[in-house]
Amino acid sequence: MKLILEQMPIVVNALNIGFLQTLKLFIVTLVGAFPLGLIIAFGSMSRFKPLSYVTKLVVWVVRGTPLMIQLLIIYYFPGLILNNPIWGGGETGRFLAASTAFIFNYACYFSEIYRGGIQSVPVGQQEAGLVLGMKKSQIFFRVTLLQMIKRIVPPMSNEIITLVKDTSLSRIIALQEVIWAGQSFMKGSHGISGAIWPLFFTAVYYLIFNGILTLLLGRLEKKLDYFR
Amino acid sequence: MPILEVNNICKTFGHTQVLRHINLSLEKGQALSIIGSSGSGKTTLLRCLNFLERPDQGVIRVNGETLFDADDPSTQSEAAIRRKRLRFGLVFQSFHLFPQYTALENVMLARKLLAAEQPDFKARKREILEEIEAQANLLLSQMGLSNRASNYPHQLSGGQCQRVAIARALALHPDILCFDEPTSALDPELTGEVLRVIRDLAKQNTTMIIVTHEMTFARDVADHVIFMDEGVIVEQGDPAQVFEHPEEERTKQFLSHYKQG
Repeated sequence: MKLILEQMPIVVNALNIGFLQTLKLFIVTLVGAFPLGLIIAFGSMSRFKPLSYVTKLVVWVVRGTPLMIQLLIIYYFPGLILNNPIWGGGETGRFLAASTAFIFNYACYFSEIYRGGIQSVPVGQQEAGLVLGMKKSQIFFRVTLLQMIKRIVPPMSNEIITLVKDTSLSRIIALQEVIWAGQSFMKGSHGISGAIWPLFFTAVYYLIFNGILTLLLGRLEKKLDYFR
Repeated sequence: MPILEVNNICKTFGHTQVLRHINLSLEKGQALSIIGSSGSGKTTLLRCLNFLERPDQGVIRVNGETLFDADDPSTQSEAAIRRKRLRFGLVFQSFHLFPQYTALENVMLARKLLAAEQPDFKARKREILEEIEAQANLLLSQMGLSNRASNYPHQLSGGQCQRVAIARALALHPDILCFDEPTSALDPELTGEVLRVIRDLAKQNTTMIIVTHEMTFARDVADHVIFMDEGVIVEQGDPAQVFEHPEEERTKQFLSHYKQG
């Protein structure tokens, strides 16, 4: 126990740096996947059948295969199979590859949530907008969108919290996120080796961060309670 | 010249012919009631007039201008239809108010969006928005809802919601205001307050088409009554004649249900 207390400052310092990378991947994924998911949702709802089929096929493949495999393929495929290492080396390259995989994967999950949300808004809302001379885009942004957001906050919260934990998968391509940082103390890092407790300790980071997210998302849900 | 002329409208859903060769005309300032059992095509007819359904055949003219002609694709482009819709207002059976906006905002929203398309909007923005708000407040007070302007739809009774919906439709100054069973979702107590508002509109010579199951109301408020059955106009005329001395057997049969009740 005494040893742990001595190691604590060094470990926390390293884990903080790792968690920063986790956080970066989390934010970049959300910023990318929120709009991309909406575009995919519109694609799968399109009345132009070929577009809707292709979109649904892509969503099926992405949701039907492990994110870990997607990470590996996206990171290694260009360099090893196509001889065109588009990601470059180093942490930056790994981060770009991981972001791409995460954005794409999560956009597909989000698209299904969006689709459910949009389709749960009664058709009457759209018809009311139409007879009032509103454009389709105006109806979407002024009428449908907020009602959709209200309905998708709970399922979205689930996905967002899962995303926080899923970022650890990026460790498979050696992105130096918080679990990678925790594990490094087993092999030896910052003069500490053979310590497994830092790896366990990473759980605290996830737990605290998800606690904060839960509070924020709960507050958003409350905020949208003003209408039904 | 009639304000509205409908010629030979036909509409089929799948294998069901919902409207068969509908012809009607309406004079400015008059109220037309359409009665008939459920599934007779009344609602579809209103939806065709508001371009929510596209007729398979026929012509719709307002003030002599051809708004829709099934044989002329140039009358059917999305952009053209959007403007033409404004000739008609539609009040739905289940209101379809926008839940995230207050009563006042519901009435103002469409006007504001249209105003933003005016070329002089930027220069006169403040003035225009004030004008829209004043008009919306006036409409709400005509509907007896001055004290409800800042309430959200879920805070209002069904009758109040429907009156907001009427104000929302009136805000765009439609040439013809259509009601699709405006009281069918309301209990009898709330029905009265909505019918009162529509009666007032009739007194002010608002041109209206009212699809309703309230026979007494249909008779009182209308200048002209149409009885529809299975997609056909079976009988039409002035209310006293259609209600008291119907000529067609089907009309007599339909009205008898109401006389017993």
